[in-house]
Amino acid sequence: MGRLAEILNHLQQGNSEMVSNLTRKAIEEGISPKEVLDRALIEGMNIVGKKYGDHEIFLPEVLLAAKAMYAGMDVLKPLFLKEEVPHRGRIVIGTVQGDLHDIGKNLVGIMLKGAGFEVIDLGNDVPPEMFIEAVKREKAMVIGMSALLTTTMPVMGKVVELLRQEGLQDRVKTIIGGAPVSKEFAQEIGADAYSYDSANAVKSVKELVDEVKERYGGNP
Amino acid sequence: MRPILRLLNDELVERIVSEARDVLCKLGVEVHNQGVLSMLRDHGARVEPTKSRVFLTNTIIDQALDTAPKSFKLFDVLGNETHDFSDNNIYFTPGSAALNILDYPHGEIRKPTTDDYVRYAKLVGKLKNIASQSTAFIPADVHEKISDSYRLYLSLLYCEKPVVTGAFSIEAFAIMKDLQLAVRGTEEELAAKPLTIFSCCPTSPLKWGEVTSQNLVDCAASSIPVELISMPLSGFVAPVTLVGTLVQHTAETLSGVVISQLANPGAPLLYGGSPAIFDLRYETTPMGAIETEMIDCAYSEIGKFFGLPTQAYISLSDAKQLDAQAGLESAMGATLAALSGINSISGPGMLDFESCQSMEKLVLDNEICGMVYRLIEGIEPKDDFPSLPKFEELLREKHLLISEHTRRYLRGEFYLPGQTIDRTNRTRWQGEGGVTLLARAHREVERLLDEYSPSRLPESIKREMKKLMEAEARRHGMKGLPKTNW
Repeated sequence: MGRLAEILNHLQQGNSEMVSNLTRKAIEEGISPKEVLDRALIEGMNIVGKKYGDHEIFLPEVLLAAKAMYAGMDVLKPLFLKEEVPHRGRIVIGTVQGDLHDIGKNLVGIMLKGAGFEVIDLGNDVPPEMFIEAVKREKAMVIGMSALLTTTMPVMGKVVELLRQEGLQDRVKTIIGGAPVSKEFAQEIGADAYSYDSANAVKSVKELVDEVKERYGGNP
Repeated sequence: MRPILRLLNDELVERIVSEARDVLCKLGVEVHNQGVLSMLRDHGARVEPTKSRVFLTNTIIDQALDTAPKSFKLFDVLGNETHDFSDNNIYFTPGSAALNILDYPHGEIRKPTTDDYVRYAKLVGKLKNIASQSTAFIPADVHEKISDSYRLYLSLLYCEKPVVTGAFSIEAFAIMKDLQLAVRGTEEELAAKPLTIFSCCPTSPLKWGEVTSQNLVDCAASSIPVELISMPLSGFVAPVTLVGTLVQHTAETLSGVVISQLANPGAPLLYGGSPAIFDLRYETTPMGAIETEMIDCAYSEIGKFFGLPTQAYISLSDAKQLDAQAGLESAMGATLAALSGINSISGPGMLDFESCQSMEKLVLDNEICGMVYRLIEGIEPKDDFPSLPKFEELLREKHLLISEHTRRYLRGEFYLPGQTIDRTNRTRWQGEGGVTLLARAHREVERLLDEYSPSRLPESIKREMKKLMEAEARRHGMKGLPKTNW
């Protein structure tokens, strides 16, 4: 078995220690960090995501695999030197103002990172303005917002509205989720997407990022 | 703790049994079979020949209860143990002998063919929570004289699981035994590793016909297990009260125990039944009625009072389609049966007063059975104490999704049903086409049939069974059997 295939395998088993060690070995053997990242770590998470979607494995296995992927990333990060670690796009996420429920949002963050996105997590109880500042500062392509309370859902609409006022609505896409939120609500407030679970969120974010990239190329 | 349902207190059980004994000894039971009457007479029962009526004695009843096995096992066609009918172990088997099959997708009923039967047998092989086959419906494309044995033949060819079946005539028993001998090799091996259970049904009130009483004797003689299926109808051919129906059921079933045990002491049997209340508005016998299910659970308690393994036709429905009624009646029955510890639970797949089988319903019922198996495992601590370390971990990590405890117990602690049961978020459900239960169940039927792999029974045995069955078909004037490919 080739080194990358070995990493791929241990990543799917959620074996952080092995992924970390094998990533180190791969680098020593002269495989480029970019190649390890794309062909072992990200590819491994793609497979895991697919298996999760097909009910072959469950959430705990996905999260463990993500953890193993981070272990590999920790080895690679210093090797990219001044250059940034290549990523598929930068995403700002947070639970909206007035809402302290962050479990769903955290799950989405883990899955997005696993899929190769760089995730800026603003935490919970995030005011609308903070989302806008963050996307400007970080040059993010997508804002992901979460709410569990019906009373805090309107904050999502405010964020979308603020983006529009700033003229950023084409450069920065919005996606929302959470128990009381629906596709219809997303349409109502003008959010670009809604997702019902973390795997679906990854799929939607990929589409949104592709849309932005197609229009503006690379990071806007 | 295994949850157990009880509907009768000890005192009531003893009273019902004592009343049933009184009925058997003082009013007697009709037996329209000279051989069986002589056998009963030889053992000390008084027989009134002109009326074919036999009066049992408590001694005969006690002897029979004494020799009847308190447990027995079943084995698949390969000889592997599949069932241990003892204690409160439960096993599900499809409802049997339907005349019709519910066609997909139009929901029309039609007479089943050989092809339908083969699909059914293949499907049952793939259903994890259905432990045995039953000869679930009657293929209409063969001569009716072989329609009983032909079902068994197809079942033994296409599926490895043991079979709940029955003969429609006295003569059919011979070929149905020969098919089993082909599988097992010898009489001794068949007796040591039972492969089938034969339903033997008294006629209410208190009567044994010639065919069923003879089947009962023949099965006993070969140590082939039987299920005694008494069918009192409350308010019609049985008292309207549940207690009165139970007295009659007890009397009819005990008479079956006696016939079996006199024919061969120690012959295996299930204390079973298929009673129903009689719906006086529609003149029907609802199997999904709560009172029908209560009678089933209660007679199982009486069977257990005798120390015998039990059976009931209980997890089925009277609905005509795979609709909410079909689900609620089947689930209620399966749940009550499991809580009562009824050892062999018959019914999955069945609709319309035991007259119509549905492959789609069978797949749904398989999920009901899975949930019910989970239910009777009960609630047990699994490394739960002391609790503090787990809660410290939860507060530290904010979730327990990847906790070792979660990973260790996730799969055992939850029963995760297949895709027939919808647990998706509405948006996902809509996004995937908003597929309804019937279509999801059908998709599952097709998926499982695609996964079918042929029975591992040796080809030589399959050929031998084919020869036996073809000879039987010729005997009844058929040129051959409908084409099948194994």
